[in-house]
Amino acid sequence: MSVFPYLVAAWLLGIGLWGVISSRNYLHLIMCLTVLQGSTYVLLLSVGYLSHAKAPIFADITTKSRVTDPIVQALTLTDVVVEATIVAMLLALVIQANKRYGSIDPDEMRRMRD
Amino acid sequence: MRDRPGGFSLRLVVGAIGVVLTVGGFVWGTTGLHPFGSEHSRYGFYTAHHAVAQRHATNSVVAVAFDYRAFDTLGEEFILFISVVGVVVLLRSLHDEEEEPEEEKLIPEQRRASDAERWLGTALVGPIAILAAYIVTHGQLTPGGGFQGGIILMAAIAFIFLGGEWVILLRLRRATSWVEMMDAGGAAGFAMIGFGGLIATGAFFYNFLPFGTSGSLLSGGFMPLANVAVGLEVAGATLMVVSELVDQRLLRPPR
Amino acid sequence: MNTLLVLVLALLALSGLVTVSIRDPVRQAIALGVFGLLEALMFFVVQAPDVALSQIVVSGVALPAMLFLAMAKIRSQREAEREEAEEE
Repeated sequence: MSVFPYLVAAWLLGIGLWGVISSRNYLHLIMCLTVLQGSTYVLLLSVGYLSHAKAPIFADITTKSRVTDPIVQALTLTDVVVEATIVAMLLALVIQANKRYGSIDPDEMRRMRD
Repeated sequence: MRDRPGGFSLRLVVGAIGVVLTVGGFVWGTTGLHPFGSEHSRYGFYTAHHAVAQRHATNSVVAVAFDYRAFDTLGEEFILFISVVGVVVLLRSLHDEEEEPEEEKLIPEQRRASDAERWLGTALVGPIAILAAYIVTHGQLTPGGGFQGGIILMAAIAFIFLGGEWVILLRLRRATSWVEMMDAGGAAGFAMIGFGGLIATGAFFYNFLPFGTSGSLLSGGFMPLANVAVGLEVAGATLMVVSELVDQRLLRPPR
Repeated sequence: MNTLLVLVLALLALSGLVTVSIRDPVRQAIALGVFGLLEALMFFVVQAPDVALSQIVVSGVALPAMLFLAMAKIRSQREAEREEAEEE
């Protein structure tokens, strides 16, 4: 069972991608994109994990203790907040698209453009 | 059920094949990784065990994000800034097209929120703001830092407007300048800290302030300043997004 | 690999599947909030408290706020369009 976290990351990648491809509503597409982003966080933190290790905060443990990797945690930390803002920009695009075309369905928008 | 364009089922089939291939490649790639929880990277090992001695900061994750890899955090911060500029550019043009409802057009009963909302909103602003300040400034000691505290600060400020009267919401739209200044000031402040390192020792983002004793508030060199700058920037950015989205909806009287 | 981690990962996979298969945006936003909280729980179990704190505030506060506000704005745009169409 030592590859289970990687399989969960692959599963989230697969269903997030499938949700984006088969989506009929731009808001549904954006939320499936969020699930896709979650799979990358799971993968990053699983790579940095060390069994029977503590968190890399040395306020109450000695610096010689066994800790998990702080580099991937720093990467994921900034990533979480930034990708929420990118979702905000995608939402602004959807609002503008609704204003111009009157619909948030990807297929209808394609038909209106043709 | 609306009729689908002709290529929809073809798109699903091609998409399914693509997803299966992508996930298959991903799983095949993870078989080359070490078993879960068995190895550590040498860079991470070295950083974790020397961060306290070198930087006097007990939270090694924040030490990595705001000191060792501060350049990457600068890039991420500017991604945040630019995407908020994109949101503002996209949504401000909507305001010019639609007519602005004047204050007098609102029905008087609609101006005030219910009493429970007002009490809860105003009572919660203080504690949440203090919590945000605590999390931002103690980033280098305990889990926290600028990013988390910034969003909590946004929630505190949003509570002011949620618990107040609609008239205050209207004034928010005309006074977005202080929110913009908070956002821009935080982003510029973080870049200035990097330039401070450049001026002091010739290396961008070199930690040039005294380190202090580990465990005290003013430790880790410029990490407290960097945390405050990032906290202000994240709070300003998310507040701008919320204020751009909130404008028209809540000001229109319901039918 | 203790049982808590296996349980949390299994719940995470299940809630991801539920989030993707709900088509109505309002209900899906709530399912996304649950998904975000389960992710934060997983980050805690993997000994990453900073990331868990970040994930809790983002997916519990910022993301639902932006999503619901955007949905409300789209709905008010559609109402305005419908009113204009009725006036003509």
